[in-house]
Amino acid sequence: MPNTRDLVRRIQSVKGTQQITKAMKMVAAAKLRRAQTAISEAKPWAETLSKVLANVAARTEFSHPLLEDHEGERTWVVVVSSDKGLCGSFNTNIVRAVEKDLLADRWPDVELAVVGKKASDYFRSRRWNLVVEDRETMSAPTAEAGPRLGKRFVEAFTSGEVDSVWLVYNSFVNMIRQDIIVDRLLPIEPPAVADEDQDDSQVDYLYEPDARALLAELLPRHVETQVQRAIFDSAAAEQASRMTSMDAATRNAGDMIDALTLLYNRTRQAAITKELIEIVSGAQALEG
Amino acid sequence: MAETLRLEVVTPSRRVLESRASEVRVPGVLGELGVLPGHTPLLTSLGTGEVSWIDGDTTGRLVVQGGFAEIQPDTVTVLASIAETVDEIDVETARTTLAEAQEKLKTVDADDFDEVDNLVRLAEARISAAAGGGA
Repeated sequence: MPNTRDLVRRIQSVKGTQQITKAMKMVAAAKLRRAQTAISEAKPWAETLSKVLANVAARTEFSHPLLEDHEGERTWVVVVSSDKGLCGSFNTNIVRAVEKDLLADRWPDVELAVVGKKASDYFRSRRWNLVVEDRETMSAPTAEAGPRLGKRFVEAFTSGEVDSVWLVYNSFVNMIRQDIIVDRLLPIEPPAVADEDQDDSQVDYLYEPDARALLAELLPRHVETQVQRAIFDSAAAEQASRMTSMDAATRNAGDMIDALTLLYNRTRQAAITKELIEIVSGAQALEG
Repeated sequence: MAETLRLEVVTPSRRVLESRASEVRVPGVLGELGVLPGHTPLLTSLGTGEVSWIDGDTTGRLVVQGGFAEIQPDTVTVLASIAETVDEIDVETARTTLAEAQEKLKTVDADDFDEVDNLVRLAEARISAAAGGGA
């Protein structure tokens, strides 16, 4: 039988842990709300931009370096993970997904660009050459991250350093579900025109200054927006994942406290019973 | 043909404005555009300046810089890199930025000229918008 003082200590320690996980769950909930606001605030821009791009694509015969398939096989895979841990299988999932594709030779000639400390640590320890490494953004994602990283990818693509760029990230579906999205970022596939806009797609735009110059501005913006969306989406998924795993941890701690309390009570009772028996049998021995 | 236009102004981080308007003015790169309902489809890059609109008896103004405007017969969509309502403009800061940027403009080399020039224009647009616009 364990002694009661050790049990009390253990119960206290589990209670302390439970308080921490509970607090982390609450913080994650608040951050999740903020991340979701960021997504919904960025949405009108992303939607309008891709609508405009789709309209332009449907109306004009255009070409632009960012739209052209390259001959080569050199690929960058952009992995979006988190900076902080304690978020369940969030980072494991993304790293596994990437590794599965890497092992299956989906991309014959591949280099990795990682966003978030966790993926960066993982792939670094496996001696991967990381072309882009961002270890700060994911703790507090802002609207400048997308343009900053997007510009880097556009540059690499136009300069011929790389032939295609893929984006891999966790997408927030609901509280208990994050889907891993693997999307081609470059070369750009122009978004399709939505059905409701189809009827007026016959009329061509007037362009100021001209279609080529406009496209040259629109397309890099589109890339930046894609990256930004992936970052915001991943941040929301991370907080959701952290919230559910911290909720589970809090519940587990509760179960553990219950079990330990039961054991403590049993031990205490056993000790009392033992003492009583000793006293009674001692008295009986005197009488006899 | 629609009687009014639907005007929408969005930036990468938020939707700034959604309104009806009978007339909209947009600062295109090649000069200011006046848009009335039924305008032919047009896509333009934006310079720096004011987006202003008239909706019945009320008028409104926004300072924008960079981005695009998509014009359809019944809608005007402004995708601006920066957009600020008149209330958000801090005239004092704009004045100091303007002074600093103008100073820099005298010494800056060709590579950075556009960047500093944009600062000057933005500050000027802010000040004029805050002062009641029309400049």
